[in-house]
Amino acid sequence: MTPRTRMTRTLASRRSSRRLAADAGLLAVAAAFCLPLAWVLLSSVDSHADLRVKAPDGLTLDNFDAILTDDITFTPLLNSLILCGGATLLTVVCAALAAYPLSRFRSRLNRPFLLTILFATSLPITAIMVPVYALFVQVDLIDTMQGTIFFFAASQLPFAIWLMKNFMDGVPKELEEAAWTDGASSLQSLIRIVLPLMGPGVAVVTVFSFVMMWGNFFVPFMLLLTPDQMPASVSINEFFGNRGMVAYGQLAAFSIVYSTPVILLYVLISRRLGGGFALGGAVKG
Amino acid sequence: MTAASHHAPVKGPSGPPTSGTTAGPHLRRSLTRALPVSPALILLLLFLAGPIGYCAYIAFTDLQLTGQAESSFVGFENFRTAFQDEAFLNAVWLTLVFTVLSSLIGQNTLGLALASLMQRASKPVRTLTGAIVITAWVLPEVVAGFLLYAFFRREGTLNAILDWLQLPSQNWLFTLPILAVSFANVWRGTAFSMLVYSAALNEIPKEITEAAQVDGASGRRRMWHITLPMIRRSIGTNLMLNTLQTLSVFGLIWVMTRGGPGGKSQTLPLFMYEQAFQNSLIGYGTAVALLLLLVGALFSLVYMRLLRTEV
Repeated sequence: MTPRTRMTRTLASRRSSRRLAADAGLLAVAAAFCLPLAWVLLSSVDSHADLRVKAPDGLTLDNFDAILTDDITFTPLLNSLILCGGATLLTVVCAALAAYPLSRFRSRLNRPFLLTILFATSLPITAIMVPVYALFVQVDLIDTMQGTIFFFAASQLPFAIWLMKNFMDGVPKELEEAAWTDGASSLQSLIRIVLPLMGPGVAVVTVFSFVMMWGNFFVPFMLLLTPDQMPASVSINEFFGNRGMVAYGQLAAFSIVYSTPVILLYVLISRRLGGGFALGGAVKG
Repeated sequence: MTAASHHAPVKGPSGPPTSGTTAGPHLRRSLTRALPVSPALILLLLFLAGPIGYCAYIAFTDLQLTGQAESSFVGFENFRTAFQDEAFLNAVWLTLVFTVLSSLIGQNTLGLALASLMQRASKPVRTLTGAIVITAWVLPEVVAGFLLYAFFRREGTLNAILDWLQLPSQNWLFTLPILAVSFANVWRGTAFSMLVYSAALNEIPKEITEAAQVDGASGRRRMWHITLPMIRRSIGTNLMLNTLQTLSVFGLIWVMTRGGPGGKSQTLPLFMYEQAFQNSLIGYGTAVALLLLLVGALFSLVYMRLLRTEV
Protein backbone atom coordinates (compact mmCIF):
# COMPACT_ATOMS: atom_id res chain seq x y z
CA MET A 1 0.00 0.00 0.00
CA THR A 2 1.56 3.29 -1.05
CA PRO A 3 1.43 6.22 1.39
CA ARG A 4 -0.86 8.00 -0.98
CA THR A 5 -3.56 5.34 -1.09
CA ARG A 6 -3.31 4.97 2.66
CA MET A 7 -3.97 8.65 3.03
CA THR A 8 -7.01 8.56 0.77
CA ARG A 9 -8.20 5.52 2.71
CA THR A 10 -7.98 7.23 6.06
CA LEU A 11 -9.57 10.38 4.68
CA ALA A 12 -12.40 8.36 3.23
CA SER A 13 -13.01 6.36 6.38
CA ARG A 14 -12.75 9.47 8.48
CA ARG A 15 -15.29 11.08 6.22
CA SER A 16 -17.76 8.23 6.57
CA SER A 17 -17.41 8.13 10.35
CA ARG A 18 -17.94 11.86 10.43
CA ARG A 19 -21.05 11.37 8.36
CA LEU A 20 -22.33 8.83 10.86
CA ALA A 21 -21.66 11.21 13.74
CA ALA A 22 -23.44 14.02 11.91
CA ASP A 23 -26.41 11.78 11.16
CA ALA A 24 -26.63 10.73 14.79
CA GLY A 25 -26.48 14.34 16.00
CA LEU A 26 -29.17 15.45 13.58
CA LEU A 27 -31.42 12.55 14.45
CA ALA A 28 -31.15 13.35 18.15
CA VAL A 29 -32.22 16.95 17.56
CA ALA A 30 -34.95 15.80 15.19
CA ALA A 31 -36.30 13.42 17.84
CA ALA A 32 -36.41 16.20 20.43
CA PHE A 33 -38.13 18.57 18.02
CA CYS A 34 -40.53 15.83 17.06
CA LEU A 35 -41.98 15.19 20.53
CA PRO A 36 -44.42 18.13 20.64
CA LEU A 37 -45.42 17.43 17.03
CA ALA A 38 -46.02 13.78 17.88
CA TRP A 39 -48.28 14.85 20.73
CA VAL A 40 -50.58 16.83 18.48
CA LEU A 41 -50.77 14.08 15.86
CA LEU A 42 -51.41 11.26 18.34
CA SER A 43 -53.81 13.19 20.56
CA SER A 44 -55.97 14.23 17.66
CA VAL A 45 -56.95 10.61 17.01
CA ASP A 46 -57.00 9.56 20.67
CA SER A 47 -60.34 9.26 22.43
CA HIS A 48 -58.71 9.81 25.83
CA ALA A 49 -56.06 12.34 24.99
CA ASP A 50 -54.17 14.05 27.79
CA LEU A 51 -51.01 16.09 27.89
CA ARG A 52 -48.34 13.52 27.20
CA VAL A 53 -47.18 11.68 24.14
CA LYS A 54 -48.65 8.19 24.21
CA ALA A 55 -50.07 5.63 21.90
CA PRO A 56 -53.78 6.39 21.36
CA ASP A 57 -56.28 4.29 23.34
CA GLY A 58 -57.85 3.39 20.06
CA LEU A 59 -57.97 5.26 16.81
CA THR A 60 -60.95 7.52 16.46
CA LEU A 61 -62.01 10.45 14.35
CA ASP A 62 -64.44 11.65 17.04
CA ASN A 63 -62.27 14.64 17.87
CA PHE A 64 -62.41 15.88 14.31
CA ASP A 65 -66.12 15.11 14.21
CA ALA A 66 -66.68 17.18 17.32
CA ILE A 67 -64.85 20.27 16.11
CA LEU A 68 -65.93 20.37 12.48
CA THR A 69 -68.92 22.58 13.17
CA ASP A 70 -69.71 26.13 12.10
CA ASP A 71 -69.13 27.57 15.56
CA ILE A 72 -65.84 25.97 16.38
CA THR A 73 -64.07 25.60 13.07
CA PHE A 74 -65.68 26.93 9.93
CA THR A 75 -66.56 30.45 11.02
CA PRO A 76 -63.13 31.20 12.54
CA LEU A 77 -61.38 29.73 9.51
CA LEU A 78 -63.55 31.78 7.19
CA ASN A 79 -62.74 34.87 9.25
CA SER A 80 -59.05 34.04 9.02
CA LEU A 81 -59.40 33.62 5.29
CA ILE A 82 -61.18 36.97 4.85
CA LEU A 83 -58.69 38.80 7.05
CA CYS A 84 -55.53 37.25 5.70
CA GLY A 85 -56.73 36.92 2.12
CA GLY A 86 -57.89 40.54 1.97
CA ALA A 87 -54.77 41.87 3.62
CA THR A 88 -52.48 39.72 1.45
CA LEU A 89 -54.19 40.93 -1.70
CA LEU A 90 -53.82 44.53 -0.58
CA THR A 91 -50.20 43.97 0.39
CA VAL A 92 -49.19 42.31 -2.85
CA VAL A 93 -50.93 44.85 -5.09
CA CYS A 94 -49.51 47.84 -3.22
CA ALA A 95 -46.06 46.26 -3.02
CA ALA A 96 -45.96 45.45 -6.74
CA LEU A 97 -47.06 48.98 -7.67
CA ALA A 98 -44.56 50.57 -5.30
CA ALA A 99 -41.69 48.31 -6.29
CA TYR A 100 -41.97 49.15 -9.98
CA PRO A 101 -40.79 52.77 -9.96
CA LEU A 102 -38.27 51.94 -7.24
CA SER A 103 -36.77 49.23 -9.40
CA ARG A 104 -37.04 50.94 -12.79
CA PHE A 105 -36.52 54.68 -12.48
CA ARG A 106 -33.69 56.61 -11.00
CA SER A 107 -34.69 59.19 -8.44
CA ARG A 108 -33.04 60.99 -5.59
CA LEU A 109 -35.82 59.75 -3.32
CA ASN A 110 -35.28 56.03 -3.98
CA ARG A 111 -32.45 55.53 -1.54
CA PRO A 112 -33.99 57.33 1.45
CA PHE A 113 -37.31 55.60 0.77
CA LEU A 114 -35.74 52.15 0.59
CA LEU A 115 -33.70 52.76 3.71
CA THR A 116 -36.83 53.79 5.58
CA ILE A 117 -38.58 50.67 4.33
CA LEU A 118 -35.68 48.48 5.44
CA PHE A 119 -35.73 50.19 8.81
CA ALA A 120 -39.45 49.57 9.14
CA THR A 121 -39.15 45.86 8.28
CA SER A 122 -37.41 45.22 11.56
CA LEU A 123 -39.46 47.38 13.93
CA PRO A 124 -41.24 45.31 16.58
CA ILE A 125 -44.89 45.61 15.54
CA THR A 126 -45.94 44.21 18.91
CA ALA A 127 -44.78 47.43 20.52
CA ILE A 128 -47.20 49.66 18.64
CA MET A 129 -50.33 47.59 19.22
CA VAL A 130 -51.41 49.55 22.29
CA PRO A 131 -51.32 52.92 20.47
CA VAL A 132 -52.95 51.32 17.41
CA TYR A 133 -55.77 50.15 19.65
CA ALA A 134 -56.16 53.65 21.13
CA LEU A 135 -56.07 55.20 17.67
CA PHE A 136 -58.61 52.73 16.26
CA VAL A 137 -60.99 53.54 19.12
CA GLN A 138 -60.75 57.24 18.21
CA VAL A 139 -61.43 56.76 14.50
CA ASP A 140 -64.04 54.01 14.94
CA LEU A 141 -62.05 51.30 13.23
CA ILE A 142 -61.92 49.11 16.32
CA ASP A 143 -63.67 45.75 15.94
CA THR A 144 -63.97 46.09 12.17
CA MET A 145 -62.61 43.64 9.61
CA GLN A 146 -61.52 46.42 7.27
CA GLY A 147 -59.54 48.21 9.96
CA THR A 148 -57.73 45.01 10.86
CA ILE A 149 -57.10 44.26 7.18
CA PHE A 150 -55.59 47.73 6.64
CA PHE A 151 -53.35 47.38 9.64
CA PHE A 152 -52.26 43.87 8.67
CA ALA A 153 -51.40 45.08 5.17
CA ALA A 154 -49.48 48.11 6.45
CA SER A 155 -47.50 46.01 8.90
CA GLN A 156 -46.52 43.53 6.20
CA LEU A 157 -45.87 46.09 3.46
CA PRO A 158 -42.28 47.12 4.27
CA PHE A 159 -41.01 43.58 3.95
CA ALA A 160 -43.22 42.89 0.92
CA ILE A 161 -41.97 46.00 -0.90
CA TRP A 162 -38.39 45.13 -0.07
CA LEU A 163 -38.73 41.53 -1.34
CA MET A 164 -40.74 42.55 -4.39
CA LYS A 165 -38.22 45.20 -5.43
CA ASN A 166 -35.38 42.72 -5.17
CA PHE A 167 -37.20 40.16 -7.27
CA MET A 168 -38.11 42.85 -9.79
CA ASP A 169 -34.48 43.95 -10.09
CA GLY A 170 -33.74 40.47 -11.40
CA VAL A 171 -36.04 40.94 -14.42
CA PRO A 172 -34.02 42.41 -17.35
CA LYS A 173 -35.17 45.74 -18.62
CA GLU A 174 -34.81 45.14 -22.38
CA LEU A 175 -38.25 43.60 -22.88
CA GLU A 176 -40.00 46.55 -21.33
CA GLU A 177 -37.98 48.98 -23.40
CA ALA A 178 -39.37 47.33 -26.50
CA ALA A 179 -42.88 47.67 -25.08
CA TRP A 180 -42.28 51.33 -24.21
CA THR A 181 -41.21 52.01 -27.79
CA ASP A 182 -44.52 50.50 -28.86
CA GLY A 183 -46.27 53.01 -26.62
CA ALA A 184 -47.16 50.83 -23.62
CA SER A 185 -47.56 52.65 -20.33
CA SER A 186 -45.78 51.79 -17.09
CA LEU A 187 -48.83 50.05 -15.74
CA GLN A 188 -49.26 47.97 -18.89
CA SER A 189 -45.65 46.87 -18.93
CA LEU A 190 -45.79 46.05 -15.22
CA ILE A 191 -48.85 43.84 -15.61
CA ARG A 192 -48.11 42.28 -18.99
CA ILE A 193 -44.35 41.89 -18.88
CA VAL A 194 -42.68 42.28 -15.51
CA LEU A 195 -45.07 40.46 -13.18
CA PRO A 196 -45.47 37.38 -15.39
CA LEU A 197 -41.68 37.12 -15.63
CA MET A 198 -41.29 37.24 -11.87
CA GLY A 199 -44.05 34.74 -11.08
CA PRO A 200 -42.05 32.81 -8.46
CA GLY A 201 -41.12 36.09 -6.77
CA VAL A 202 -44.74 37.20 -6.57
CA ALA A 203 -45.65 33.76 -5.24
CA VAL A 204 -43.07 34.05 -2.50
CA VAL A 205 -44.26 37.49 -1.42
CA THR A 206 -47.89 36.34 -1.47
CA VAL A 207 -47.36 33.13 0.45
CA PHE A 208 -44.99 34.71 2.92
CA SER A 209 -47.41 37.54 3.72
CA PHE A 210 -50.32 35.15 4.02
CA VAL A 211 -48.48 32.74 6.30
CA MET A 212 -47.29 35.53 8.57
CA MET A 213 -50.82 36.86 8.98
CA TRP A 214 -52.47 33.46 9.31
CA GLY A 215 -50.32 32.71 12.34
CA ASN A 216 -50.55 36.17 13.86
CA PHE A 217 -52.34 36.22 17.16
CA PHE A 218 -51.70 39.64 18.69
CA VAL A 219 -53.12 41.87 15.96
CA PRO A 220 -56.64 40.36 15.77
CA PHE A 221 -56.56 39.76 19.53
CA MET A 222 -56.17 43.51 20.04
CA LEU A 223 -58.18 44.97 17.19
CA LEU A 224 -61.23 42.67 17.11
CA LEU A 225 -63.68 42.32 19.98
CA THR A 226 -66.78 40.49 18.71
CA PRO A 227 -66.42 36.70 19.04
CA ASP A 228 -68.15 36.18 15.67
CA GLN A 229 -65.38 38.02 13.88
CA MET A 230 -62.46 36.25 15.52
CA PRO A 231 -60.03 34.37 13.29
CA ALA A 232 -58.78 30.91 14.22
CA SER A 233 -55.62 32.25 15.85
CA VAL A 234 -57.72 33.86 18.59
CA SER A 235 -60.71 31.50 18.76
CA ILE A 236 -58.42 28.56 19.55
CA ASN A 237 -58.10 30.01 23.07
CA GLU A 238 -61.77 29.17 23.62
CA PHE A 239 -60.73 25.58 24.21
CA PHE A 240 -59.24 26.77 27.45
CA GLY A 241 -61.53 29.59 28.44
CA ASN A 242 -65.20 28.93 28.44
CA ARG A 243 -65.67 25.24 27.90
CA GLY A 244 -64.71 24.09 31.36
CA MET A 245 -62.57 21.01 31.16
CA VAL A 246 -60.10 21.17 28.33
CA ALA A 247 -60.73 18.59 25.64
CA TYR A 248 -57.15 18.05 24.59
CA GLY A 249 -58.04 15.72 21.77
CA GLN A 250 -60.27 18.35 20.23
CA LEU A 251 -57.67 21.04 20.78
CA ALA A 252 -55.14 18.88 18.94
CA ALA A 253 -57.57 18.20 16.11
CA PHE A 254 -58.33 21.90 15.75
CA SER A 255 -54.62 22.74 15.78
CA ILE A 256 -54.10 20.36 12.89
CA VAL A 257 -56.99 21.73 10.85
CA TYR A 258 -55.83 25.29 11.48
CA SER A 259 -52.15 24.63 10.71
CA THR A 260 -52.55 22.54 7.58
CA PRO A 261 -53.09 25.42 5.08
CA VAL A 262 -49.88 27.23 5.99
CA ILE A 263 -47.82 24.05 5.96
CA LEU A 264 -49.16 23.17 2.51
CA LEU A 265 -48.44 26.69 1.26
CA TYR A 266 -44.91 26.52 2.60
CA VAL A 267 -44.31 23.17 0.90
CA LEU A 268 -45.68 24.64 -2.31
CA ILE A 269 -43.29 27.57 -2.50
CA SER A 270 -40.28 25.71 -1.16
CA ARG A 271 -40.75 23.09 -3.88
CA ARG A 272 -41.01 25.71 -6.55
CA LEU A 273 -37.90 27.48 -5.45
CA GLY A 274 -35.75 24.40 -5.02
CA GLY A 275 -35.51 23.37 -1.39
CA GLY A 276 -36.61 25.14 1.73
CA PHE A 277 -33.78 27.60 1.52
CA ALA A 278 -35.44 30.30 -0.52
CA LEU A 279 -36.83 32.35 2.33
CA GLY A 280 -33.68 32.01 4.35
CA GLY A 281 -31.71 33.23 1.38
CA ALA A 282 -34.13 36.05 0.74
CA VAL A 283 -33.82 37.42 4.25
CA LYS A 284 -30.16 36.68 4.48
CA GLY A 285 -29.08 40.25 3.86
CA MET B 1 -30.48 40.78 0.59
CA THR B 2 -27.79 39.74 -1.79
CA ALA B 3 -29.98 39.53 -4.86
CA ALA B 4 -30.81 43.16 -4.40
CA SER B 5 -27.37 44.56 -4.26
CA HIS B 6 -25.91 42.54 -7.08
CA HIS B 7 -28.59 42.90 -9.67
CA ALA B 8 -29.11 46.61 -9.52
CA PRO B 9 -30.58 47.26 -12.95
CA VAL B 10 -28.86 49.55 -15.40
CA LYS B 11 -30.84 52.67 -15.07
CA GLY B 12 -31.00 54.81 -18.14
CA PRO B 13 -32.81 57.96 -19.04
CA SER B 14 -35.32 56.05 -21.18
CA GLY B 15 -38.74 55.25 -19.80
CA PRO B 16 -42.28 54.73 -20.90
CA PRO B 17 -43.88 57.60 -22.78
CA THR B 18 -45.72 60.03 -20.56
CA SER B 19 -48.43 62.28 -21.78
CA GLY B 20 -48.13 66.04 -21.71
CA THR B 21 -44.90 67.83 -22.45
CA THR B 22 -45.95 71.40 -21.88
CA ALA B 23 -45.63 72.90 -18.41
CA GLY B 24 -42.80 71.52 -16.29
CA PRO B 25 -42.43 68.25 -18.22
CA HIS B 26 -39.72 67.07 -15.91
CA LEU B 27 -41.72 67.52 -12.73
CA ARG B 28 -44.80 66.02 -14.26
CA ARG B 29 -42.88 63.02 -15.47
CA SER B 30 -41.44 62.44 -12.00
CA LEU B 31 -44.90 62.71 -10.49
CA THR B 32 -46.44 60.27 -12.96
CA ARG B 33 -43.64 57.85 -12.32
CA ALA B 34 -43.98 58.10 -8.55
CA LEU B 35 -47.77 57.69 -8.69
CA PRO B 36 -47.78 53.88 -8.25
CA VAL B 37 -45.99 54.28 -4.93
CA SER B 38 -48.87 56.27 -3.50
CA PRO B 39 -51.23 53.46 -2.33
CA ALA B 40 -48.41 51.86 -0.38
CA LEU B 41 -47.29 55.22 0.92
CA ILE B 42 -50.78 56.15 2.12
CA LEU B 43 -51.20 52.81 3.92
CA LEU B 44 -47.80 53.11 5.55
CA LEU B 45 -48.36 56.69 6.65
CA LEU B 46 -51.86 56.10 8.02
CA PHE B 47 -51.41 52.73 9.67
CA LEU B 48 -47.73 52.53 10.54
CA ALA B 49 -46.20 55.99 10.82
CA GLY B 50 -49.45 57.32 12.32
CA PRO B 51 -49.54 54.90 15.25
CA ILE B 52 -45.81 55.36 15.87
CA GLY B 53 -46.30 59.12 16.07
CA TYR B 54 -49.36 58.65 18.24
CA CYS B 55 -47.35 56.28 20.43
CA ALA B 56 -44.71 58.96 20.94
CA TYR B 57 -47.49 61.37 21.89
CA ILE B 58 -49.62 59.38 24.33
CA ALA B 59 -46.55 58.02 26.09
CA PHE B 60 -46.35 61.49 27.62
CA THR B 61 -50.00 61.64 28.71
CA ASP B 62 -52.05 59.96 31.42
CA LEU B 63 -54.57 58.49 28.96
CA GLN B 64 -56.70 55.76 30.53
CA LEU B 65 -58.82 53.04 29.04
CA THR B 66 -62.03 53.85 30.86
CA GLY B 67 -63.68 56.91 32.26
CA GLN B 68 -62.33 60.29 31.41
CA ALA B 69 -62.33 61.46 27.82
CA GLU B 70 -59.72 64.09 28.50
CA SER B 71 -56.13 63.21 29.08
CA SER B 72 -53.44 65.62 30.06
CA PHE B 73 -49.79 66.02 29.27
CA VAL B 74 -47.63 64.66 32.08
CA GLY B 75 -44.13 64.96 30.62
CA PHE B 76 -41.74 62.23 31.61
CA GLU B 77 -43.94 61.07 34.50
CA ASN B 78 -44.70 57.68 32.91
CA PHE B 79 -41.03 56.97 32.37
CA ARG B 80 -40.16 58.06 35.89
CA THR B 81 -42.87 55.74 37.21
CA ALA B 82 -41.56 52.91 35.06
CA PHE B 83 -38.02 53.08 36.34
CA GLN B 84 -39.26 53.00 39.92
CA ASP B 85 -41.72 50.22 39.22
CA GLU B 86 -40.36 46.88 40.34
CA ALA B 87 -42.67 45.02 38.01
CA PHE B 88 -41.23 46.99 35.08
CA LEU B 89 -37.63 46.32 36.11
CA ASN B 90 -38.56 42.66 36.53
CA ALA B 91 -39.97 42.66 32.99
CA VAL B 92 -36.81 44.29 31.61
CA TRP B 93 -34.69 41.65 33.32
CA LEU B 94 -36.88 38.79 32.10
CA THR B 95 -36.83 40.18 28.57
CA LEU B 96 -33.04 40.19 28.71
CA VAL B 97 -32.94 36.63 30.03
CA PHE B 98 -35.47 35.50 27.42
CA THR B 99 -33.56 37.16 24.58
CA VAL B 100 -30.12 35.97 25.61
CA LEU B 101 -31.23 32.41 26.39
CA SER B 102 -33.54 31.80 23.49
CA SER B 103 -32.18 33.98 20.71
CA LEU B 104 -28.47 34.62 21.23
CA ILE B 105 -27.63 31.26 22.77
CA GLY B 106 -30.43 28.91 21.78
CA GLN B 107 -31.64 29.63 18.26
CA ASN B 108 -28.33 30.97 17.03
CA THR B 109 -26.06 28.20 18.31
CA LEU B 110 -28.45 25.36 17.60
CA GLY B 111 -29.16 26.77 14.13
CA LEU B 112 -25.44 26.93 13.35
CA ALA B 113 -24.86 23.45 14.75
CA LEU B 114 -27.69 22.00 12.68
CA ALA B 115 -26.53 23.76 9.53
CA SER B 116 -22.96 22.55 9.88
CA LEU B 117 -24.02 18.99 10.70
CA MET B 118 -26.24 19.09 7.64
CA GLN B 119 -23.20 19.80 5.48
CA ARG B 120 -21.83 16.36 6.35
CA ALA B 121 -24.92 14.27 6.99
CA SER B 122 -26.50 11.87 4.54
CA LYS B 123 -29.32 13.18 2.42
CA PRO B 124 -32.32 11.35 3.97
CA VAL B 125 -31.36 12.41 7.50
CA ARG B 126 -30.76 15.96 6.33
CA THR B 127 -34.13 16.16 4.64
CA LEU B 128 -36.00 14.61 7.55
CA THR B 129 -34.42 16.89 10.17
CA GLY B 130 -34.94 19.94 7.99
CA ALA B 131 -38.61 19.08 7.52
CA ILE B 132 -39.25 18.62 11.25
CA VAL B 133 -37.42 21.77 12.32
CA ILE B 134 -39.08 23.85 9.63
CA THR B 135 -42.53 22.50 10.52
CA ALA B 136 -42.02 23.83 14.04
CA TRP B 137 -41.25 27.21 12.50
CA VAL B 138 -44.16 27.32 10.05
CA LEU B 139 -46.82 26.37 12.63
CA PRO B 140 -48.96 29.29 13.83
CA GLU B 141 -47.61 30.93 16.97
CA VAL B 142 -50.58 29.95 19.13
CA VAL B 143 -50.44 26.31 18.06
CA ALA B 144 -46.73 26.23 18.88
CA GLY B 145 -47.65 27.68 22.27
CA PHE B 146 -50.16 24.90 22.98
CA LEU B 147 -47.79 22.16 21.88
CA LEU B 148 -45.07 23.42 24.18
CA TYR B 149 -47.57 24.01 26.97
CA ALA B 150 -48.52 20.34 26.75
CA PHE B 151 -44.86 19.42 26.65
CA PHE B 152 -43.89 21.32 29.80
CA ARG B 153 -47.00 20.80 31.94
CA ARG B 154 -46.77 18.82 35.15
CA GLU B 155 -48.49 15.87 33.53
CA GLY B 156 -46.81 16.52 30.17
CA THR B 157 -44.30 14.76 27.98
CA LEU B 158 -41.11 16.20 29.48
CA ASN B 159 -41.93 14.95 32.95
CA ALA B 160 -42.97 11.59 31.55
CA ILE B 161 -39.53 11.25 29.99
CA LEU B 162 -37.79 12.41 33.16
CA ASP B 163 -39.76 9.85 35.18
CA TRP B 164 -38.79 7.15 32.77
CA LEU B 165 -35.14 8.14 33.13
CA GLN B 166 -35.73 8.21 36.89
CA LEU B 167 -34.75 11.86 37.08
CA PRO B 168 -36.62 14.30 39.32
CA SER B 169 -39.54 15.88 37.54
CA GLN B 170 -41.14 19.19 38.40
CA ASN B 171 -43.87 21.56 37.35
CA TRP B 172 -41.79 23.50 34.81
CA LEU B 173 -44.35 26.16 34.02
CA PHE B 174 -44.58 26.95 37.70
CA THR B 175 -41.01 26.70 38.93
CA LEU B 176 -39.04 27.87 35.90
CA PRO B 177 -41.53 29.47 33.52
CA ILE B 178 -38.97 31.75 31.86
CA LEU B 179 -36.81 28.73 31.03
CA ALA B 180 -39.81 26.90 29.60
CA VAL B 181 -40.86 29.79 27.36
CA SER B 182 -37.25 30.28 26.28
CA PHE B 183 -37.07 26.66 25.21
CA ALA B 184 -40.37 27.10 23.44
CA ASN B 185 -38.93 30.01 21.51
CA VAL B 186 -35.87 27.96 20.58
CA TRP B 187 -38.14 25.18 19.35
CA ARG B 188 -40.12 27.61 17.27
CA GLY B 189 -37.37 29.88 15.94
CA THR B 190 -34.33 27.70 15.26
CA ALA B 191 -35.37 26.94 11.69
CA PHE B 192 -34.72 30.52 10.62
CA SER B 193 -31.11 30.47 11.85
CA MET B 194 -30.66 27.03 10.35
CA LEU B 195 -31.79 28.29 6.93
CA VAL B 196 -29.63 31.40 7.09
CA TYR B 197 -26.54 29.44 8.13
CA SER B 198 -27.13 26.66 5.62
CA ALA B 199 -27.19 29.25 2.85
CA ALA B 200 -24.04 30.88 4.22
CA LEU B 201 -22.13 27.62 4.63
CA ASN B 202 -23.02 26.53 1.12
CA GLU B 203 -21.27 29.61 -0.18
CA ILE B 204 -17.92 28.73 1.38
CA PRO B 205 -15.74 27.28 -1.40
CA LYS B 206 -15.04 23.57 -0.83
CA GLU B 207 -11.34 23.99 -1.70
CA ILE B 208 -10.70 26.11 1.36
CA THR B 209 -12.02 23.65 3.93
CA GLU B 210 -10.46 20.71 2.10
CA ALA B 211 -7.07 22.42 2.00
CA ALA B 212 -7.26 23.04 5.73
CA GLN B 213 -8.27 19.44 6.28
CA VAL B 214 -5.31 18.10 4.30
CA ASP B 215 -3.04 20.42 6.27
CA GLY B 216 -4.29 18.63 9.37
CA ALA B 217 -6.45 21.33 10.95
CA SER B 218 -8.86 19.75 13.41
CA GLY B 219 -12.60 20.18 13.12
CA ARG B 220 -12.76 22.69 15.91
CA ARG B 221 -9.90 24.75 14.49
CA ARG B 222 -11.43 24.77 11.03
CA MET B 223 -14.68 26.01 12.54
CA TRP B 224 -12.96 28.74 14.55
CA HIS B 225 -10.40 29.97 12.04
CA ILE B 226 -12.07 29.41 8.70
CA THR B 227 -15.81 28.86 8.84
CA LEU B 228 -16.82 31.43 11.45
CA PRO B 229 -14.77 34.32 9.99
CA MET B 230 -16.17 33.56 6.53
CA ILE B 231 -19.79 33.66 7.63
CA ARG B 232 -19.44 36.48 10.16
CA ARG B 233 -21.79 38.75 8.26
CA SER B 234 -24.51 36.14 8.23
CA ILE B 235 -23.96 35.72 11.95
CA GLY B 236 -24.45 39.45 12.48
CA THR B 237 -27.58 39.58 10.35
CA ASN B 238 -29.02 36.50 11.95
CA LEU B 239 -28.38 37.72 15.49
CA MET B 240 -30.07 41.03 14.73
CA LEU B 241 -33.15 39.49 13.14
CA ASN B 242 -33.47 36.85 15.84
CA THR B 243 -33.21 39.42 18.58
CA LEU B 244 -35.77 41.71 16.97
CA GLN B 245 -38.15 38.81 16.52
CA THR B 246 -37.65 37.61 20.09
CA LEU B 247 -38.18 41.08 21.56
CA SER B 248 -41.69 41.12 20.17
CA VAL B 249 -42.83 37.59 21.11
CA PHE B 250 -46.25 37.82 22.73
CA GLY B 251 -48.57 34.99 21.69
CA LEU B 252 -46.22 32.17 22.60
CA ILE B 253 -45.75 33.35 26.19
CA TRP B 254 -49.38 34.40 26.51
CA VAL B 255 -50.60 30.93 25.62
CA MET B 256 -48.10 29.09 27.78
CA THR B 257 -48.11 31.12 31.00
CA ARG B 258 -49.95 34.46 30.55
CA GLY B 259 -46.74 35.97 31.95
CA GLY B 260 -47.23 34.20 35.24
CA PRO B 261 -47.11 32.84 37.76
CA GLY B 262 -46.66 36.08 39.63
CA GLY B 263 -44.92 37.80 36.73
CA LYS B 264 -42.17 35.19 36.58
CA SER B 265 -42.33 35.02 32.79
CA GLN B 266 -43.65 38.51 32.11
CA THR B 267 -41.49 40.00 29.38
CA LEU B 268 -41.95 43.60 28.23
CA PRO B 269 -44.69 42.97 25.64
CA LEU B 270 -46.79 41.16 28.26
CA PHE B 271 -46.10 43.82 30.85
CA MET B 272 -47.15 46.48 28.37
CA TYR B 273 -50.36 44.62 27.62
CA GLU B 274 -51.19 44.16 31.29
CA GLN B 275 -50.65 47.81 32.14
CA ALA B 276 -52.67 49.08 29.19
CA PHE B 277 -55.62 46.68 29.43
CA GLN B 278 -55.82 44.98 32.78
CA ASN B 279 -54.82 48.14 34.66
CA SER B 280 -56.39 50.49 32.09
CA LEU B 281 -53.28 52.68 32.02
CA ILE B 282 -52.94 53.26 28.29
CA GLY B 283 -50.49 56.13 28.76
CA TYR B 284 -48.21 54.07 30.96
CA GLY B 285 -48.45 50.99 28.76
CA THR B 286 -47.58 53.11 25.75
CA ALA B 287 -44.54 54.59 27.48
CA VAL B 288 -43.29 51.02 27.94
CA ALA B 289 -44.15 50.32 24.30
CA LEU B 290 -42.14 53.36 23.25
CA LEU B 291 -39.11 52.10 25.13
CA LEU B 292 -39.48 48.72 23.41
CA LEU B 293 -39.82 50.49 20.07
CA LEU B 294 -36.66 52.51 20.71
CA VAL B 295 -34.67 49.38 21.55
CA GLY B 296 -36.04 47.80 18.38
CA ALA B 297 -35.14 50.88 16.34
CA LEU B 298 -31.61 50.78 17.71
CA PHE B 299 -31.18 47.15 16.69
CA SER B 300 -32.73 47.95 13.35
CA LEU B 301 -30.16 50.68 12.69
CA VAL B 302 -27.30 48.34 13.57
CA TYR B 303 -28.82 45.77 11.23
CA MET B 304 -28.92 48.29 8.36
CA ARG B 305 -25.31 49.16 9.07
CA LEU B 306 -24.40 45.48 8.75
CA LEU B 307 -26.24 45.19 5.46
CA ARG B 308 -24.42 48.18 4.09
CA THR B 309 -20.98 46.76 4.86
CA GLU B 310 -21.99 43.61 3.10
CA VAL B 311 -22.62 45.32 -0.22
